[in-house]
Order: sequence, then structure tokens, then C-alpha cells
Amino acid sequence: MKDQQMQATSEAIVRPNPARTTPVVALCGVTKRFPGVIANNDVSVQIWAGEVHVLLGENGAGKSTLIGILSGLQRPDEGHIEIDGKPVEISSPRQALGLGIGTVFQHSMLVPSLSVVDNFTLGGSWWRCPDRTGTAERIRETARQLGLRVDPFALVATLSLGERQQVEILRALMRGSRCLILDEATAMLTPHEAVALGALMRRLIADGLAIVFITHKLNEAVAYGDRISVLRLGKTVGAITPEQLNAATDAENTARIIRLMFGETAARSAHGLARAASDFGPVVLQVEALRTQAGSTPLRDVSLAVRAGEILGIAGIDGNGQKELAEALAGQLACSGGSVKVNGREVGGLSVGGRRAAGLRYVTDDRLGEGTVASFPVAMNLVLKDIGAEPFWQKGLEKSHAIHAQAERHIRDFDIRTPTHHTPVGKLSGGNIQKVLLARELTGAAEVVIFAKPTYGLDVNNIRTTRQRIRDAADAGKAVLLISTDLDELLELADQIAVIDRGALRGCVENDAGARDAIGRLMSAGDDQ
Amino acid sequence: MNNQQTVAPTALRKATKPAGGGGWVWALGISIGPLLAALALGGLVLLAMGVNPFTYYGYVVHRAILSQMGLEATLTRMGPLLLIAASLIVAFRAGIWNLGGDGQFLLAAVAVAAATPAMLTAGVPVWVNLAIGLVIGAAVGALWGVLPALLKAWQGINEIITTMMMSFLGVSFANVLVKLLFLDPTTTTPQTATLPVEARLPRLFGTTVSSGLIIGIVVVIAVHLMMTRTAFGMRLRLVGASPRAAVHAGLSVPRLTIAVFTISAALAGLSGAVDILGTQGNVRADWNPAYSLTVVPLVFLARLNGVGSIAYVFMFSALTIGGESAARKLGVPSFFSLVIVALLLITLGLAEYMDKRRQDRARH
Amino acid sequence: MSLFTESFITTLFLGAIAAGMPLLLAGLGEQLSEKAGVLNIGLEGMMLAGAYAGFVVAWSTGSMGLGFVGGAAAGALVASLMVLFCVRLGLNQIVIGIALTLLVEGLTALLHYVQFSRSYPRLDGITTWPIWPLSRIPLIGPILFDQNLVVYFGLALVAGFAWIYRMTHLGSALQAAGDKPAALDVAGVDVFRIRSLAVLTTGALAGLGGAFMSVAAAGVFVPFMTHGNGFIAIVLAMLARGRPLWVLGGAFLFGGCLSLTTALQVAGVNVPTDVIQMLPFATVMLVLLIAGRKASLPQALGESFVRGAR
Repeated sequence: MKDQQMQATSEAIVRPNPARTTPVVALCGVTKRFPGVIANNDVSVQIWAGEVHVLLGENGAGKSTLIGILSGLQRPDEGHIEIDGKPVEISSPRQALGLGIGTVFQHSMLVPSLSVVDNFTLGGSWWRCPDRTGTAERIRETARQLGLRVDPFALVATLSLGERQQVEILRALMRGSRCLILDEATAMLTPHEAVALGALMRRLIADGLAIVFITHKLNEAVAYGDRISVLRLGKTVGAITPEQLNAATDAENTARIIRLMFGETAARSAHGLARAASDFGPVVLQVEALRTQAGSTPLRDVSLAVRAGEILGIAGIDGNGQKELAEALAGQLACSGGSVKVNGREVGGLSVGGRRAAGLRYVTDDRLGEGTVASFPVAMNLVLKDIGAEPFWQKGLEKSHAIHAQAERHIRDFDIRTPTHHTPVGKLSGGNIQKVLLARELTGAAEVVIFAKPTYGLDVNNIRTTRQRIRDAADAGKAVLLISTDLDELLELADQIAVIDRGALRGCVENDAGARDAIGRLMSAGDDQ
Repeated sequence: MNNQQTVAPTALRKATKPAGGGGWVWALGISIGPLLAALALGGLVLLAMGVNPFTYYGYVVHRAILSQMGLEATLTRMGPLLLIAASLIVAFRAGIWNLGGDGQFLLAAVAVAAATPAMLTAGVPVWVNLAIGLVIGAAVGALWGVLPALLKAWQGINEIITTMMMSFLGVSFANVLVKLLFLDPTTTTPQTATLPVEARLPRLFGTTVSSGLIIGIVVVIAVHLMMTRTAFGMRLRLVGASPRAAVHAGLSVPRLTIAVFTISAALAGLSGAVDILGTQGNVRADWNPAYSLTVVPLVFLARLNGVGSIAYVFMFSALTIGGESAARKLGVPSFFSLVIVALLLITLGLAEYMDKRRQDRARH
Repeated sequence: MSLFTESFITTLFLGAIAAGMPLLLAGLGEQLSEKAGVLNIGLEGMMLAGAYAGFVVAWSTGSMGLGFVGGAAAGALVASLMVLFCVRLGLNQIVIGIALTLLVEGLTALLHYVQFSRSYPRLDGITTWPIWPLSRIPLIGPILFDQNLVVYFGLALVAGFAWIYRMTHLGSALQAAGDKPAALDVAGVDVFRIRSLAVLTTGALAGLGGAFMSVAAAGVFVPFMTHGNGFIAIVLAMLARGRPLWVLGGAFLFGGCLSLTTALQVAGVNVPTDVIQMLPFATVMLVLLIAGRKASLPQALGESFVRGAR
């Protein structure tokens, strides 16, 4: 709080414009709790006209909740919002619009089956006919001013994601927004579209607009931001003012942001853990030229090898083929080419069950969506991938004592905090649901374990336990493929780290003192292409 | 997340299983309250008709359960209804809306009504004839479920539309068959040849109760055990609860979809066979008891539990049998049973809603 | 002998309109609900309520017009229960729809028994409103321009709905409520209100369709007289995919099939009704099987809307 007041004063001195002494929008001490989670903890952020304010943070840092509060979808439990220095209450999306806050959500808020114009006029008086020609003219006019090309009569479903986003920005502007919130705006864009968006943001702030740009990508933060606030576990852990940003080089700024995002201690403890190659056994998982056609990011000739006892980390920005890689290996996604071998045996043609029998396990990041069934008891979720297998079923008949005995054992061994094994898994906390998954995937004949974002959305304690489980699995001689968007996690756990970018692996580095920089270079190299 | 998928029919509300917590008074109220409320609302309807509700309910209980003849009629009617319940439970638990039970039922009934008297006259022994009749019923029912199954499994076409259309088609087709192909030339009423009483499903222990009841109870319990105790049932439940989790666990969702449709439609067909072989003996033109749609609420009231559905089917059967007696005696048509079932479903929905609200409040 | 005599054609088309009108009204209503994201399985019940109430009002007041109004009101009343349970409380739309249908079936049968089981009243022949010069055109005149007011209304409604869907804010809002309710919410429109309005209108139209059956077409109320028409209308609406003109075509295709039997009898050919009734369903199934295209339904159909739950 104090820190930010200082920024405010320093800026007032630098640019003595009276209109700029109060921020357009200010969040003051906002706290928002969900059952079991504090999504935002005493967050204070100020948004100024003529600036791109980057809100940076990993998934689960509380960015989405903050946007929800600003756009009227959620209300803060504590704290308040000020607009032009006056406290306001934002109770609905319509009110947020009325106050001049326009939000472009990560997932398009356009109706795909309507034309662009109809999306613009959505919300008018029911009995009236929308003024389509007039609106279309205004859309063309505004688009031209911003150097965009938009066909007002095109069906939204026919537009690319980048075009839809431009349409949404236009819509927010034409509704008189003074503060534009862009939520993970580049997540779905091609690199070329992302660059165009950056240029568009510069033009918009030149007109005096305030922009909040939410991202978890460091390079974008540095490239587009005038001011950067870093969120971590629901708190603002630091801010970089325009002056500080301008005074330093991009590399220095990046280093500084990384320290803010991940903390210095993590960086220190990261290396020194790498084990010597002699500690590892033979190659257990061998993947060669794996290709897929399905999925949103098809895999392009992915090859990798993991030895017994080794942890191979896969780093990369979310949505670059991580999910596809995990699913293709597990057998959920059809491959169009390449081979997958476990202990030298080709499993590429096997089903999910066949690969599991061969020792291939997959801990999914979508714990409640596909990993477990919320309404099923804990015990049942523990055998979800062994339906029909001995000893839980014999001749197709359920042996409940075997299922329950195993459940009791797992609950004890994995410290799953549940009232009983009959409790529906949906009643458990995220950390305990993850323990259910770990128990299911790490026991039995596991040889290779794929972890997808294993600590995503967990609290600190469960993060520690989960990471220990991963380490233990490797120590027990399993081959571990650790897919994570959390670089810190990879540096802490992995022996080798490869970078995935748009469905292809880019290089692979030993996890030593220079790994962080090396990975950073690999990641940004991909971005430049 | 929701491409072309209507909400899986596993519960009135998704994930509202009450768990422990909260006073037992509330728990008791939530489970008995809806029944009392439905009976009370039904009582208001009776009052409006100028009938004393207590007299009516008392009379229904007396005639349908306490008198021997009534009880026998009640139990006999349960047979086909239980088979329909089994058919619906398999489908709904697996997340498939088979709303085409009426067509599957009626076509199977017509096929059985046409085949069994003919086979009997051809000299097939009674027992073999009955067994073949049951198989024909199940097979014809399953056949009528194939098309929606394939369209759902391969093309993802909403099964609500296809099963309903197949149902209309089946009902009309059954009538065509009765009127044009299988008409009994010896009677003036348009109907199929009648299976002699002595060649029908045997009656139980010197009563008039048809052994169709036994078939119904055995099948519905078998279905219940299949769904709750076997690996196959577990797979179906997994697909019904979460198709994505099923894919993650390595199940073939299209194959299971086809299996579910086949079983569900075969059971509906079996119900038709049992009704013909046990009670009706023939199919009259334009006969359509529309059991399937009336049993849908019952299986939901029983929360898709096979054993629980026996109780609800018994209640409904007694209501209709008692209601039919009361129609003559008290001047309340038997349609009253429909009103009670509908009211019960609505009050139950409300109770679940209140329960959910209470849990939500407790959580915050 | 020529089959296509003037009397045959007149019987066929008048019959098609009489049988198709309830399907058209209910189908247009269902289309509206589905557009807004509510699968209204209670349509059959709403039609039946309209058939009963329409008959009772018309019989007791002696006014056919009031009968239609009463039928529409009764349909809307049943729909208001649907709004309460499904739109507001978020209960399962299919289960509640079936429950409402059963409730109305039972209640109307009871009421009919109490009121009419001894008297069997019948309404007099229907009044028509000929549109003067046009009604004198041979063949076409008596079929199209000498009809009940509800028929003109239904036909106008096709155009009206097509206009609303394509030209008004309401049309866009309905589309959004069914396709992406969150987008509508963010645009500041109350999703619940749009959906409630849609379902209530559906109820009124289905009720009017039912009243047409009892008051105009049959002149009498018989328990369960809608006889699956509500479900046929649901299928029609699902297949028409949001295009009112398709509902019109489908309704009169079905209606035509139903009246073909009578017309053939007039012409001296005896074909069971059931064969003709099978034709439209068989055709549709065949088309689905061959074309194999996904019957397109709104993305959020059947789902309750909860703000912020993305």
C-alpha cells in the first residue's frame, strides 16, 4: 500500500498533469475468499490513464478473480474499488460497463451465431430494431481510426480468434470504456496477432485510455507494459513503475520480475539437486517423432527419452502442446505417427488400459474434470482406471472389501484427509483430490509417470507434499515426465528440462546453475519466430 | 464443455447428494415431506371434486392392497412396469435419455402377440412358446433401439429427438401391423389372435398373480446388481457421470453407448412381451398404455435405484388399481394417480432444491 | 377415375391446416424456448391445458375468441411452473417437463370427468373470417382465405417470428441466451428474464394450439386429446433449427399426412391412418441416417445459467 502511494506521488512529480493525479480505477485492499481459498488477499492496484498496466502472475495467482471483481461478475469480501478517486460498488456487468470499465475476457464473450453488428447491439431495448447500418458505419469508422479491418456483417463464428478479440476491443471502446481490461489476451493468438495487439495497445493509450493487460508471459509484460504489478498466491508481491522500467534493460527487468514472481529463495535452492547420469537406470520411456493431428496444438515430431529414476521436465507457456503430449502418451489422443516405447516395448498401438498395464501412468491436471468423478466415493475414484481388474473385480463382479481395503491403505499412505472412503471425492479439498490421483497413479506396476501441472491451484503445503511424491517416485526408480508451466518447480525437481513450443520440443538442458537462463533463452527464441 | 450434450439424467439436480451434517429432523423431513405434501395437494384436488380425501385414500389402500383381489391385480400390473423401470434405469444411469420406450414396448408386444398364438397352433409346447415369446420381445425391442444408438454413438445426434421419433414411428408401425398383417379374422374387433389363457405365463401359487411379476422383480434386481456390483455397470455409471473421465480411464464411450441402448430397448421390449404373455393375450388396434413415460417419474423418485423403484412401482400400481375401483365407487377417475405422481415429482424436486440451498448456506 | 378432384384437394388442404395448426403454434413456441436455451418437454402438457381451458371458456361464455384467450392463458400458467422450477430454481428440464405433462393430463381428465361426464357438450361449428375478395377465388379461396382467425394469426406469427429473430434486439438476445448466456449477461441483459419470457410465450402459443384443437377443430374436449402432438412439435422445432418457415413446412407436412387419410376416404381409397402417419417420421430418420449431420441445437440448451460460473 505504502509502496504504491509512493509510486503515485513520484509519478505526479514526473508528469505534472492535474488530470493524472488520481488513477482512473483503483482497487483498495480487495480481499475475495472462496471455500478453502483466498483468491485475492488485500490487493491494491492503481490503473492510470495513458498506461498499459500489466498484471503478471502464474495460474492461480488470483488474476481471474481480480478481473471478475472489476467487471462486476464477483464482489469483494473486503476492500473497495475507486473510480476517479470516488468509491463505487460494481454489482453487475452492466454497471461495470456504465462506469467505463470494458473487459475482454480470455474466452470470447461474443455470440458465435450472431454477426459482428448484432453482437455490438446486444442489450438494446427488446422491441426496437437495431440500427445495423449506423452501427456498422461506426464500427468501420472506429476500426479505421485504430488501423483495423473489421467486416461488421461477418458471422462471429467465421472470424479467427485474433479477429474476435479485435472485435471485442472495438466493442468495449465504442461503449465508452475508459479502462480496458485484456485478460490473457495473447493466450489464443498467433505470434503475428500478438504483435499486432501490442501495437494496437500503444495506439489506444496514446488516446488516453487506461489498459490493464493480464498475462503470465514475462516477455510480453516487459514488451508491452508501462507499469507492472506481480501477483503471487493472491497477493501483490511487487510493482515496477514506468520510471524503473525505462531505466533498466529488458534483461534486467525480466530478472527482476522473475525474482518477484518466484522469490529469491526458490532460485537459490533450485540447483545442486541434479543427480549424476550414473544414478539413472536404462531408458524406460522412449518417444520418437510423435505427431498428432487432433487437439488444439498438434504435436510436431516430439522425441524424448526418460531413464529409470530420472525426472525430465517439460517447460513452456501453457497451451503449447503440453496437454496433447500428455494425452498422446497416455493413449487418450490418437497419434498420426511416431512411436512410444516403454521398456523397449512399443505401446503406441495400445489403448489407455493397455498402456496402463504396461506401466504408463498419467496424473492429469484436470483433477475434477477428467481425473475424478465428483459424485463418486473416494474408494471408487481410486479404482477408476482399474474397472474390471483383479483383485477389485473377480469375473466381472465387484469385490468391495478389496476396493475398500485398498482405499484404506491409500488414505493412510498418502495422507488423504477424508471423513471416510465413502465420501464423494467432490467434497474434498483440491490438495486431497490430488492425493487421490497420486495414490491411483503412483502405486501398483507404475514404470513411467507423466505429471501435468501437478501443483496447479494447490496451497503451499500440498505443493510441498506433491513435489516430495514426485521426487520419491523418481528415487524409487520410476521414469518421470514432469510437464509444468511453473519454471521454479522444474528447476527444483527435474534432472533435465526441455522446452515445448507450439507442439515441438526446443532443446533440452541439464538442470544446473545456468539452467534458468538457458531455458529463458529457449523460450524467448521460440517467441521470436 | 457442453457440445450437443444435454444434462446427464443422473439426478434431478446435479451432485446434490446430501452428506451427513444437518439435523436428522431435517433429513427425515426431506425424505418424507415430499410424499406428504404430494398427498396433501392431491387431497386438495379431491376436495375440489367434492370427495373426502381420507375416504379416497383409505378406499384406495383398502381395495388395492388390503383386499386379496385388489392386491393380486396390483402385483400383476407391476411386472411390465418393473421391466420398463429396469430399462430406464440402465439408460439414465449411463447418461442416455431413452425416451422411446413406448415404441419399443408396443412393437415387441405386437410381435409377440402375432408369433406366440401362431406357434402354439403349430404345435410348439407351451413352455418353449413362452420362452421364445420373451426372446422375441427383447429382440424386437432392441432392434428398435439400434438406430438411435448408432446415430448417437457415431454422429453425436441427440438421442432425445431420435428416440421420440422412433417411438412415434414404432407406435404407428405397431398399429399398421395389427390392422393389416396380424388381424385376427375370427373376431370383428380389430385385434391380433388371442393367446389362450392356459398358454400364458403361469400364475403364482393358486392366485391370479402372473409370474410376470417374478420376471419383473428378478430383472430389476438383476439390473440393480449389474449397475452397482459389476465392472460393466461401473463402466456405464462412469460414462453417465462424466464422459471425459470415462475417456481418461480408457473406456470406449461409443461402444458403451450402443450397449446401453441395446440393453435398455431390449428390456422395454421384454416388458411388452410380459404384458402380452401374462395379462393381455393379444393386442387390440390403437392400444398404447404409454407405460414408458409414466414410469420415468417413478425411477427418478427412486433416484435410479432398482430396489427403490420396486417400492415406487408398487405404490403407482396400487394407486392405479385402487383408483380404478374408486372410479366406479367414489366417482374419481383413475387419472388421479397421474396427478399424484406428478405432484410427488415436483415436491421432491423442491425438497432437493431446499436441501441444496441449506447445504450452500451451511458452507458459507 | 381422377384422384385429384376439387373435393379431394379441398378436403386434403383444409384437413392439413386443421391438423397442422396446433403443431405450427406449439412448434413455433418450442422453437422460441429452444432458441433461448430451454428444452421445454412440458409442451404436451401446455397444449392439453390450453385445449381444456379453451373448451371450457368457449363453452361457458359462448365466445370462441374468449376460448382461444383462455387456452393461451392456461398454457402460460403451466409454463409459469416451468419457469419457476427450471429457469429460476434450475431443476432438471426434462424431468420437470414430463412431470408437468403428467400433471396436466391427470388434472384435465379429472376436471373433464367432473364437469362433462354426463352432458358431453359440443361447440357449434367454427366461425370463419373470410377475407372478402380473395375468399372467392376458386379452390384457393376456401382453403386459404375463409379460415378461422387463429389460422391467420398463426401464419402471421411465422412472419412475425422470422422478423423478430432477424431484425430486433430481442431476436439477438434470444439467440445469445441459448448460445452463450454469459455473453448476454456481460452485455447487461438479464438472462433469466429473457428465458422466462420465452418459456411463457411458448406456453401461451402451445395453449392456443391446444385450444385450436378442442374449440375450432374438434368442437369438444376429450381427455388426452393432444395425443403426442406436443412431442411432435418438439421434434419439429429441433429439426427446424431456429427457422420459423421450416416449422410451418413441417407442421403442414405432418398435418397433410394426417388429413391425407380422410381425403383419400373422400376419394374412395382406404388406407389406414397409421401408414400415412409414419411417413414424416420415417423420412426424418432416413435423412438423419444418410445426411448424418448433427442436429444443431443451441450450445447452452438444457443448462441452467449461473452467473460467473464459466
